[in-house]
Amino acid sequence: MSFPLLTATAVVPAVGAIVVAAVPAGRRSAAKVLALAFSLITLALAAVVFLRFEPGGDRYQLTESHAWIAEFGVRYELGVDGIGVALIALTALLIPFIVLAGWNDADPQETGNSRWRPTQGFFALILMVEAMVILSFEATDVFLFYILFEAMLIPMYFLIGGFGDRAHAGSDQKAAAQRSYAAVKFLLYNLVGGLVMLAAVIGLYVVAGSFSLTEIAEARASGQLEMATNTERLLFLGFFFAFAIKAPLWPLHTWLPNAMGEATTPVAVLITAVVDKVGTFAMLRFCLQLFPEASKWATPVILVLALISIVYGALLAVGQRDIKRLIAYASISHFGFIVLGIFAMTSQGQSGATLYMVNHGLSTAALMLVAGFLITRRGSRLIADYGGVQKVAPVLAGTFLIGGLATLSLPGLAPFVSEFLVLVGTFARYPVAGIIATSGIVLAALYTLVLYQRTMTGPVKAEVKTMPDLKPRELAVVLPLIALLIFLGVFPKPLTEIVNPAVEHTMSDVQQKDPRPEVEAAK
Amino acid sequence: MNPVNYLYLAALLFTIGAAGVLIRRNAIVVFMCIELMLNACNLTLVAFSRMHGNLDGQIIAFFVMVVAAAEVVVGLAIIVSLFRSRHSASVDDASLMKL
Amino acid sequence: MENLIALLIAAPLLGAVVLLCGGRRLDRTGHWLGTALAGASFLIGVVLFAGMLGESADERTLHQRLFSWIPVEGFQADIAFQLDQLSMTFVLLITGVGTLIHIYSIGYMEHDERRRRFFGYLNLFLSAMLLLVLADNYLLLYFGWEGVGLASYLLIGFWQHKPSAATAAKKAFLVNRVGDIGLSIAIMLMFTTFGTFAFGPVLGSVGETGEGTLTAIGLMLLLAACGKSAQVPLQSWLGDAMEGPTPVSALIHAATMVTAGVYLIVRSGAIFNAAPDAQLVVVVVGAVTLLFGAVVGCAKDDIKKALAGSTMSQIGYMILAAGLGPIGYVFAIMHLVTHGFFKAGLFLGAGSVMHGMNDEVDMRKYGGLRKHMPITFVTFGLGYLAIIGFPGLSGFFSKDKIIESAFAKGGAEGWILGAVTLLGAAITAFYMTRVMLMTFFGEKRWQPDAEGHEPHPHESPRSMTIPMIVLAFGSVFAGGFFGIGDRFLNWLEPVTGYDHGHAPISAATVTTATVVVLLIGVGVAWLMYGRRPVPVLAPRGSLLTRAARRDLYQDDINHAVLVRGGEHLTRSLVYVDHTLVDGVVNGTAASVGGLSGRLRKMQNGYARSYAVSMFGGTAVLIAATLLMRAV
Repeated sequence: MSFPLLTATAVVPAVGAIVVAAVPAGRRSAAKVLALAFSLITLALAAVVFLRFEPGGDRYQLTESHAWIAEFGVRYELGVDGIGVALIALTALLIPFIVLAGWNDADPQETGNSRWRPTQGFFALILMVEAMVILSFEATDVFLFYILFEAMLIPMYFLIGGFGDRAHAGSDQKAAAQRSYAAVKFLLYNLVGGLVMLAAVIGLYVVAGSFSLTEIAEARASGQLEMATNTERLLFLGFFFAFAIKAPLWPLHTWLPNAMGEATTPVAVLITAVVDKVGTFAMLRFCLQLFPEASKWATPVILVLALISIVYGALLAVGQRDIKRLIAYASISHFGFIVLGIFAMTSQGQSGATLYMVNHGLSTAALMLVAGFLITRRGSRLIADYGGVQKVAPVLAGTFLIGGLATLSLPGLAPFVSEFLVLVGTFARYPVAGIIATSGIVLAALYTLVLYQRTMTGPVKAEVKTMPDLKPRELAVVLPLIALLIFLGVFPKPLTEIVNPAVEHTMSDVQQKDPRPEVEAAK
Repeated sequence: MNPVNYLYLAALLFTIGAAGVLIRRNAIVVFMCIELMLNACNLTLVAFSRMHGNLDGQIIAFFVMVVAAAEVVVGLAIIVSLFRSRHSASVDDASLMKL
Repeated sequence: MENLIALLIAAPLLGAVVLLCGGRRLDRTGHWLGTALAGASFLIGVVLFAGMLGESADERTLHQRLFSWIPVEGFQADIAFQLDQLSMTFVLLITGVGTLIHIYSIGYMEHDERRRRFFGYLNLFLSAMLLLVLADNYLLLYFGWEGVGLASYLLIGFWQHKPSAATAAKKAFLVNRVGDIGLSIAIMLMFTTFGTFAFGPVLGSVGETGEGTLTAIGLMLLLAACGKSAQVPLQSWLGDAMEGPTPVSALIHAATMVTAGVYLIVRSGAIFNAAPDAQLVVVVVGAVTLLFGAVVGCAKDDIKKALAGSTMSQIGYMILAAGLGPIGYVFAIMHLVTHGFFKAGLFLGAGSVMHGMNDEVDMRKYGGLRKHMPITFVTFGLGYLAIIGFPGLSGFFSKDKIIESAFAKGGAEGWILGAVTLLGAAITAFYMTRVMLMTFFGEKRWQPDAEGHEPHPHESPRSMTIPMIVLAFGSVFAGGFFGIGDRFLNWLEPVTGYDHGHAPISAATVTTATVVVLLIGVGVAWLMYGRRPVPVLAPRGSLLTRAARRDLYQDDINHAVLVRGGEHLTRSLVYVDHTLVDGVVNGTAASVGGLSGRLRKMQNGYARSYAVSMFGGTAVLIAATLLMRAV
């Protein structure tokens, strides 16, 4: 038996979480270094997965399969396709930056209680989330996936509720109340989705007699497993509801601005750049593959919801006064693009959506982390409290601008590639939807540039005057992200190469072909 | 003798016990009434065992006795410690478990 | 040879990267590096040009393919370049004028502590602009298109501490983004129609699709061109863009970037030729803008804004010519090149004036500067003569050709367009004479500023005057060089095609008419501004003047409709999201909470009440069981 590489990518951070949690109270910096080390080992393993994966090979590679709960046919089944590999790479890549960016965010504020170990807890929870997210990208057993999908709520709940943003306008008590409100809202929202999904998972088992994604998909494709139309639709809705909350899609989005606003910036990045991707990933992997007919049936409604998300999220971002909430609404707009690309059912749309997941992760991380550095310096999240930062901290302003330009999908930066693919893919099948979505590029420019103008330009505000520029640790977070954004914007081939075959498989699952160009079709 | 009479007796004992639990406030008396109800059940079990001619009921009765004995130990300990802290054995005084 | 194409772009790009990432240690030498790399790019362009001249007219197109940019099933975008006569013309203009403006900026930005960054942005602009004109497909062109937009954003807002500059930069970017919607949709339409968006295949298979699709593509390309080239209705950003440093106005907002729309339309000529409806719209947009810009230019007292109105108007000429089809493509580009010379020269002259006048931009506070700044006066004067189309100078040859082409369109359309272009020429003569008279003639009108410093007008340093002199040469001779013997026509015709059209009147008549309206425009301006002194405070003016000062109320309409409307929309949406969407969620949570609050009351803590409910419940259960059995 070969080395269980996929399991290792999840076990390493999980072990890391335990080790970090066990570090004694007085050794805070040891905990940080250990967390960074474990996240880097995970990154190395993910890199091995990325390199070992053969784009032209089987659909699922590096598979592992062990009996788990034999009575219900639940198996511990892992395997990755190109989409999974891309997202594992993204997750493993972002966690070290998140750890590095949150280096001092969880230090105890008062040193009275010697047994109080928030730092250890913070980093252990982050590593725990990483382990679960990575494993959920690998799981090909529906039940296993469901368990991970739900279990990651627990560490996320504590990360949001337990470690708030210190830059809060109100009193400590008010901050704590809002934080706990945000954490509970996050938890309840996702639990409701999870419950509905659980019902659908059980329903799927009753209908199909198996939890194995590959088995069910094969049986469906070969016609051995027929599903009544209504059953399929109900099951699809059960799954989709949970994923639409996680993604989040309008009108199930309202937990995100609260959660991102109240959490520390690294955790906010963790939510939007990593954890939410599980939702869109699962739409692509489970909804389309298990319920192709129902997916096609629901497409018109989902496209409309996605379009609303795009425009609505962007408009709300324009109206925000809080930097972090602005970025949260921008993310809602971007998730609209991802869902649009997935359900446009074209190769370009789905490749674009997959790239979008990766690129959005990178661009939001860059923008949000720099915003976090800015907020930590000034101690406020309100846009109106800033002004003229560019003059005192030009590097910070420059990196913030690049993050913003990535968010508005400037060509040359990675998000452009994915956004354009999504737009083209949508336009090819649904021209009107494509045109409406295109209007999002103006709104994206509006909220990004307004944010930049109000915070970075103009006369220097008195409170901002002594603001230091980025420190080496912060540069170490931002510069690699920017380098990646530029690299993938000019040369996205390494990603498209592994994503393309997976998308072709998905396209054949839903029995869809790309619309042919008018000129060719006429011949 | 007709074993059904034992059932009547058991029902009577059980009712007395239940009434005692509901009406009395003294924890010790409530406790004794619970014991009474348990033993009424035991009596029913044994009576049925006799009527049906197998030993299942009697075996269960033994289990009940063992559990009841254990319960007495724990229950009395709780009552004693309650009395120590409050100088009262009224069950209505111990109403702090509500939110 | 073709391997040099990438170097054209790479040289300034390298400069941008080094200057922007290099940090403070490059502060003292950075501008030399930037200028040298711009010059290097120009030299490579000249080498390529020489090589191109050596080939026969049909074999002058070079291709270079670097690598596959976005390879996705059924969708291929390459990083690949195409250098033909059209691109070559632009390459020489961009790198040539670009290098001159780099040199000029060394002097102009001497006292700015962020000069290194300024040169980095200029280099970034050059490489993006070169990418735009060298791309061999529309998506890569879009890359360059947005790249120049970014550079323009950064440079307009270069003095970020001024809120007006930051706002102007944002406005320019946003308005351009509206145009970008057009370019995006055009590319998507090409993809769904032709399955590709590379120039060759798309323009080569135009005949295989219907006119409706082509008209749609054409209109979308026009929308893009309107954004980038500041044509009505997306023209409002150009005036504000004058907040940027003057070299930027000269390079980006006069000579090169704003002409990208013309390039796009000429490049896509095959599409427009097959879509007459789209062409008609192009011509209308060009004609309207040409008058709009000219009218605005007449009323502005800010020298740069007057010149910006003029730029708008001149690009209107080019767009109009491009809309005429093969009759006008060549002349649109020819006017574009000559305009690049004289307008850049005029802007540099304006910058030189401002340099000597403590950055004063109000022409009413100039006057009589010809004695203080002789070189600026002469070079600006030559640019002035060129732009109004004084016979023998550059503008004369190119503008006259456009007017001729407009008439040659034939029919009523030809007459109307001819009349509009002639009217435009008259107004151009008027407002440029006004600028000239107010700035260099008359009495001195400047006063001490608030702190009591009186400006001491002086000639600018040599690094600034030399580029002005070179550009003045271009303004004088380029037109004649191109026009006489149809040199430019022969050079560009293989790419754009050419058609004589059917001129209803002879070329000599048109030329005469042009000169007559020119003299009328100059004469009227002299009567108003030359013969009597110019008041320092602007008079109230006629209704038209006041409207033109406010850009014909276009900004006010934008503000009322888009800005205000948008603010209300976003504010109400924020409210809706908070109360309605989130309200439903919170409402559900609250009702569950309320229900459990009621239920909680049943838990009173009395053990005996629990016992009652237990006994009661058991009794009910047993009764129910018995009843069920009885039934």
